[in-house]
Amino acid sequence: MAEKEQLIIESGDAAQPFKYAVGMHGSKFFTETRDNMRLMGLKCPKCGKVYVPPRGVCGKCFVEMDDWVEVGPKGVIGTFTILRFAFIDPETGQQKPVPYGYGFIKLDGADTLLQHYIDIKDESKVKIGARVEPVYAQERKGITRNIEYFRIID
Amino acid sequence: MDRTAIIGVGMTTIEAEKRRETFADMTWEAVNKALSDAGMTIADIDNVVTTSSDFWDGRTISLMAVGDVSGAAEKNVSCVEGDGTYGAFYANARALSGSYKTTLVTGHSKGSQCVSSLITNAAFDPIYERVLGMDMITASAMQANAYMNRTGVKPEDAALVSVKNHGNALKNPMAQLPMNITVDDVMASEMIADPLRKLDCSPVSDGCCAVIIAHESVATKFKQKPIWIRGLAFCTDSFFFGDRDLARSKALTEAAKKAYAMAGIKDPRKEIDLVELYDAFSYQELLWLEEMGLADYGKAAARLKAGEFNLDGALPVNPSGGLLSGHPVIAAGLYRIAEIVLQLRGDAGAHQVKKAKTGLAHGVNGLCGQSHCVWILDKEK
Repeated sequence: MAEKEQLIIESGDAAQPFKYAVGMHGSKFFTETRDNMRLMGLKCPKCGKVYVPPRGVCGKCFVEMDDWVEVGPKGVIGTFTILRFAFIDPETGQQKPVPYGYGFIKLDGADTLLQHYIDIKDESKVKIGARVEPVYAQERKGITRNIEYFRIID
Repeated sequence: MDRTAIIGVGMTTIEAEKRRETFADMTWEAVNKALSDAGMTIADIDNVVTTSSDFWDGRTISLMAVGDVSGAAEKNVSCVEGDGTYGAFYANARALSGSYKTTLVTGHSKGSQCVSSLITNAAFDPIYERVLGMDMITASAMQANAYMNRTGVKPEDAALVSVKNHGNALKNPMAQLPMNITVDDVMASEMIADPLRKLDCSPVSDGCCAVIIAHESVATKFKQKPIWIRGLAFCTDSFFFGDRDLARSKALTEAAKKAYAMAGIKDPRKEIDLVELYDAFSYQELLWLEEMGLADYGKAAARLKAGEFNLDGALPVNPSGGLLSGHPVIAAGLYRIAEIVLQLRGDAGAHQVKKAKTGLAHGVNGLCGQSHCVWILDKEK
């Protein structure tokens, strides 16, 4: 038996910390949600598509974007799921309480969908096409969680 | 254009946890099976392509773990980070390059050694998406809802994919999860993320597959009957999920079109005899078939119900049991190629299909089919 246990060696608690640059566009996006509770997207000068979350280049047209436009705050659910399996939260390393709602939100005025949590107090209302609005966090640190979740307003 | 062929394949059994074996142990087994299948020795191999992911393997430059056992010592070896079909794509390009004649390609994975949801979570954008905790299952659940909403396909329709594939696996000794189940069993299994239940999801798996690709000038020099590569292509969609139409997969439509064109296939529904595709989740088999033009959009479920995709149906799909019966990430697409090769040679054993001249193998890179690779293989040159 002792020999069998030695077939596996675990990596232990060592971590590999990493720093990700938010970049100019992410910085603007998070500053706006933190300070002004506004959602901003970038519009392609060529095809006119509005990208949220914003990024510097429209891949299809292969051009830089610098035309900021306000989107939302309301939108519709593009698709969703309700998570029911225990999951390790990458932010905390702890098990996340289930169930919780996840979705892609098509903000008014945007052409792409934004990923976020969806309130599932009434599961029967969580549907593709349902109208939603953001619920902002009291304390906003300049990250994705400046918005706590989107709630259904239909 | 010069032609290439697959002249040897080898695979390990797919298991939930190969606790006794390292990456190198698994690869050694698959490589030697492929060499023996081809009637070759390692001296007959002139270059090597391995397929692995540093994240999944938990080490930097993951190919180093399998170099020796792939016979790469003193040879040109390179690694593709992605699904095995992409490693094989590169291996094929090398066999065609004029610099090499025989390329050995391997793909290995041990899902048992890590927390797979954390690995797939790390595939998402670290600024906007990763912190929300999305992983492969969550993302696929959202794709399933988008697809079902658009087509009217019901969870119980998709559940039949799971029933068929686990049933096929009963005849495949390499499969991890052979099961005799019903749609009711799938629908009664634990809800993981709406609308996906446990039996709609492929398992965590360990396994390794090896394939040998040869230039036509040497393809008939060895023992094995060559299976000819007629067409292959891959195509990629946007990285951000929110930029894509998740109910569709344009990248797959494009990849399939290009592969058919290269193979000179005009009517894939008539000319393709069987398919091994990337059914990481039950609904994906339906969506992928439709996007490859092998069924009308939203109509694959009805054909499945009619038995057309069964082992003895008009178009057998995943006669091996597919990914639902064993999903070694990275290696999975290479298993699809190897399975088609065995079928076209008539060597598939208990899960052999009747008519097998032209087969399609399909691999996926990235979550929810961000990128697709399509292979058309043929018994005849």
